[in-house]
Amino acid sequence: MTEEKELVLLIEDEPPMRRFLRITLQSNGYRLVETETGAEGLLQAASRNPDVVLLDLGLPDMDGFEVTTRLREWTQTPVIVISAREQEQDKVKALDAGADDYLTKPFNAGELLARIRVALRHALRQRSGRQEPVFSLYNLRVDLAQRQVFLDDREVHLTPIEYKLLTTLIRHAGKVITHRQLLTEVWGAAHVNEVQYLRVYMTQLRHKLESDPARPRFLMNEPGIGYRLKYDAEG
Amino acid sequence: MEEHRPDPDQLLDKMRRETERSREGQLKIFFGAAPGVGKTYAMLEAARQKHAEGVDVLVGLVETHGRKETETLLQGLEVLPRQGVEYRGKVLQEFDLDSALTRKPAVILVDELAHTNAPGSRHKKRWQDIYELLGAGISVYTTVNVQHLESLNDVVSQITGINVRETIPDFLLDRADEIELIDLPPDDLLQRLREGKVYMPEQAAAAIENFFRKGNLIALRELALRRTADRVDEQMQVYRQDKGIKDIWPAGERILVCVGHNPRSIRLIHAARRLAAGLRAEWIAVHVEAPSRVRSSESDRKQLADHMRLAESLGAETVTLSGQRMSEEILTYARSRNVSRIIIGKPSHARWKDKLFGSPLDEIVRGSGDLDVYVISGDVTKPHLHPAAKVQRGAVRKREWLWSVLTVATCTGIARLMFPYFERVDMVMVYLLGIVLIANRTSIWPTMFATLLSIAAFDFFFVPPQYTFAVNDVRHFVTFIVMFIVSFVISRLTLRVRQQAEAARMRERRTAALYNLSRDLVRERGAKRLSEIAMKHIGEVFDSQVAILIPDEQNQLAPSVTAPSSFTPDQQELSVAQWVYEHRQPAGLSTDTLPGAKALYLPMIASSGAIGVVGILPKTATDGFGPEQFHYLEAFANQTAIALERSFLGESAQRALLKAETESLRNTLLSSISHDLRTPLSAITGAATTLLQENIIIDEVSRIDLLQTIQEEAEHLNRIIRNVLDMTRLESGVIKVNKEWQSLEEIVGVVLNRLGERLNDHPVTLRIPGNLPLIPFDSLLLEQVFMNLFDNAIKYAPKGTPLELSASESFYTVTVELADRGPGIPPGEEEHIFEKFVRGRATGGGVGLGLAICRSIIEAHGGKIWAENREGGGAAFRFTLSSAGLPPAPKNEEETSHERI
Repeated sequence: MTEEKELVLLIEDEPPMRRFLRITLQSNGYRLVETETGAEGLLQAASRNPDVVLLDLGLPDMDGFEVTTRLREWTQTPVIVISAREQEQDKVKALDAGADDYLTKPFNAGELLARIRVALRHALRQRSGRQEPVFSLYNLRVDLAQRQVFLDDREVHLTPIEYKLLTTLIRHAGKVITHRQLLTEVWGAAHVNEVQYLRVYMTQLRHKLESDPARPRFLMNEPGIGYRLKYDAEG
Repeated sequence: MEEHRPDPDQLLDKMRRETERSREGQLKIFFGAAPGVGKTYAMLEAARQKHAEGVDVLVGLVETHGRKETETLLQGLEVLPRQGVEYRGKVLQEFDLDSALTRKPAVILVDELAHTNAPGSRHKKRWQDIYELLGAGISVYTTVNVQHLESLNDVVSQITGINVRETIPDFLLDRADEIELIDLPPDDLLQRLREGKVYMPEQAAAAIENFFRKGNLIALRELALRRTADRVDEQMQVYRQDKGIKDIWPAGERILVCVGHNPRSIRLIHAARRLAAGLRAEWIAVHVEAPSRVRSSESDRKQLADHMRLAESLGAETVTLSGQRMSEEILTYARSRNVSRIIIGKPSHARWKDKLFGSPLDEIVRGSGDLDVYVISGDVTKPHLHPAAKVQRGAVRKREWLWSVLTVATCTGIARLMFPYFERVDMVMVYLLGIVLIANRTSIWPTMFATLLSIAAFDFFFVPPQYTFAVNDVRHFVTFIVMFIVSFVISRLTLRVRQQAEAARMRERRTAALYNLSRDLVRERGAKRLSEIAMKHIGEVFDSQVAILIPDEQNQLAPSVTAPSSFTPDQQELSVAQWVYEHRQPAGLSTDTLPGAKALYLPMIASSGAIGVVGILPKTATDGFGPEQFHYLEAFANQTAIALERSFLGESAQRALLKAETESLRNTLLSSISHDLRTPLSAITGAATTLLQENIIIDEVSRIDLLQTIQEEAEHLNRIIRNVLDMTRLESGVIKVNKEWQSLEEIVGVVLNRLGERLNDHPVTLRIPGNLPLIPFDSLLLEQVFMNLFDNAIKYAPKGTPLELSASESFYTVTVELADRGPGIPPGEEEHIFEKFVRGRATGGGVGLGLAICRSIIEAHGGKIWAENREGGGAAFRFTLSSAGLPPAPKNEEETSHERI
């Protein structure tokens, strides 16, 4: 960890949730700015320049989509949205607008901290612009320079689309990627609505890379939202 | 005295009339025999009186014509500024209806009731403006002269020789709450005229002078007095009825008047109106449409429609009958409606026609029996054998003439070949055959032409001396004449048959279009779909763009849906539609109200009243819609209205039902929930308070145990709340099933991952075939089904027992099974457990909603869910999902990407 502790901007209107998050974050070594409204949150984001933003979707003054959009107009600071289960649509909207990840209430402290770590790591890598030439996870090894994929040192042959799908997931490792984002990156903007393409290729990829495709270890489905390559920054 | 008691129905009717009236404004008409009698003056005096009494009086529009005395009366009264309406480069100063409505005085003065508004105003006529003012609860003072009354219009023109174009419907006079007759003896009026106190527009000075002859004035005065007396008489009648004074008039008089397109029908209508008023009888204007007449010209139909509208405006019921024999139709209808008198016009056509084809008038008189028949100068509606082809004269095409000539030539050729072997009479037959063919293909004139041509050719080629038109034998003339008559009759008959067939076809097309609409409307539900269908049909049949406007909660119209065939009215058009909705009258293109609008707007009237407005915008720039199309459009609008009303009623019934169900669910829920939510809550509260106690020391193991209790019970609480919420949302229809083609394996993976450690005590065996196709389902909802089924299994099956999840496909149905080795389901309970608030015996159970939610979700997907006991113990829960249909296949990869690995 760096000398200067990371600064978290918390935009949340419920006092009990704020209390829980404050204790959890501070005891894990983060500095904290708390705001209750979206407008104030945007102000604080501009003046304090936080390292990560925790944004509740049920704010009284504006919706998460608006806050995210306005943040993305000028900063790439990672945004993690916190939502209730009933806000499926808002969540996807906020993610498509540029939010990095989400948490569904109720969530536990471990999940929260893992998401923050992933988000911070991504931000750091984006700033440095560096990508490790080799990515490994469990028995999977992907040589990004040589464009080769290995399972237990045995090379696996992927079709161009499968490979592109896998590298996209690796680039966002640990983060959720919405269907729309994946379709745009792999197939192109004209195909954003053809989720069934994605499903077919994800199934193929899972059958090639996961030992038990029905109990995936890393190619995770997030129903109604997208996919996530499960990857803990600490792991 | 029993028979003198007022009829309760009539009393009710009176009360209703009065309540309606009380909301509307009062109409006071200052009625005069001629210009210059002092109506405006009297009106202003009355207004000043009211003003002095403290009533809010506004002068909407008063023509002083520069007269000093009148202008003086205006002083001290508030005068509404006029509105400049530009028309053909000139600015006309018109009455400003909208400002008047906004200002909303108690009484408004609007001079000249019969005035015609400048083009571009909302209404064509000023009386329509006044009607709107009355509707808005504003009382109106206005003036009118007797010659402007519709029903007296013809009498006035007979007396004075001047045609008065600006007329007002008679019902306005009946509607008036008060009529003040402004009477001035003719001599005094003439005196005033000489003194220059009567306004005269310069351009019509001669005509006006002619008008102001003493004889005329006396006659007009008499008319005005009589009309006023009639009204007083009517009031007397009403008074008698109200007070239960026995009606001295025999009830049940009913008058029928025959109306056609001939302009003289107007006189018949006026005569009928006067007779009906005199007898206090109902009257019916009837038009008989004969199939052979359907091809009448557009202008004739417009005339007829105008006549019918006139009759309607004079208080008649209008009926169109259809039949070949006019006399028969009229008599049958008259009998069915208990008509006592028939009014019919004097025929104006030549007498031989009656001799030849029979006279409808004669037939009616003969067949009338106990009915009285009044024959009035004017035309019979129409001689129904009047050559219909007259109208088509201009329409005969060159090709038809050519056809006639060619056919006659061919007949001549054939006859020429037959000539050496057959009699001359047989040649005639060949020509007759040709004429039948021509009549079948062309219209009347080419057929007549062909007949003459045939006779000429026959004469030229076959009658000696051959190759001349000279005739040796007089007997041949007989042949010619017979040939002509036979051809004539044949062609008439053939043409008539064709026209009837065509008329039938046209009616059939219209009926079919209307039928198609109603059939499609019946099949659909939901206002949105219904509107789309109506828009499509109306758009196709009338070659227009359509808008269906439905009011929102504030009664503001808004387009219900947009479709390719629809148009979106701009703000101005929308205000026209709003007017139509509020007044339940058509407006816009082709009507008298706001004719400047781009589209025609018709109210959609159903049993509960106006439910919206249809706007019809012709695709091609036309003069608008003809009267026939207009009526047809109204039929479409009403058909749509009925369907929409049905849908609205259905929706509100559905909402009511849902509300009731939700309410009962909520009640059950409240009683059930209080217990189930409290259990985990007390555990949490207990554990937390123990941890918070200051004076006791808890060892590490117990501390962690307590914290785990808090966490587990919180999760439990979360599951209960989730189920309760889901159930309410599923039942209230908030949740929409969002089906997408996806893999079952993927969703199972999510569930297993989410259950995580909770499955530690129950090893799960999966049997999902790798070749299972994609199935259309809602992933979030199906995830919930799996979660609940697993929850259930974990709850009931003892620790350590295995769970098996399998799936199989046959006949486009995927069956999924989750089986456990638990205690199984009590016999007979297999169905019961899927009901709401039914719980098993396990401890720490939920609210009893889990399986009910599963059933709702699966059924919403069109599948089935059931439970069975397994052989060897345990329960199996199975559900089916349809995999019918084809998932949209991804494109071949080579086509989308060229790079290879």
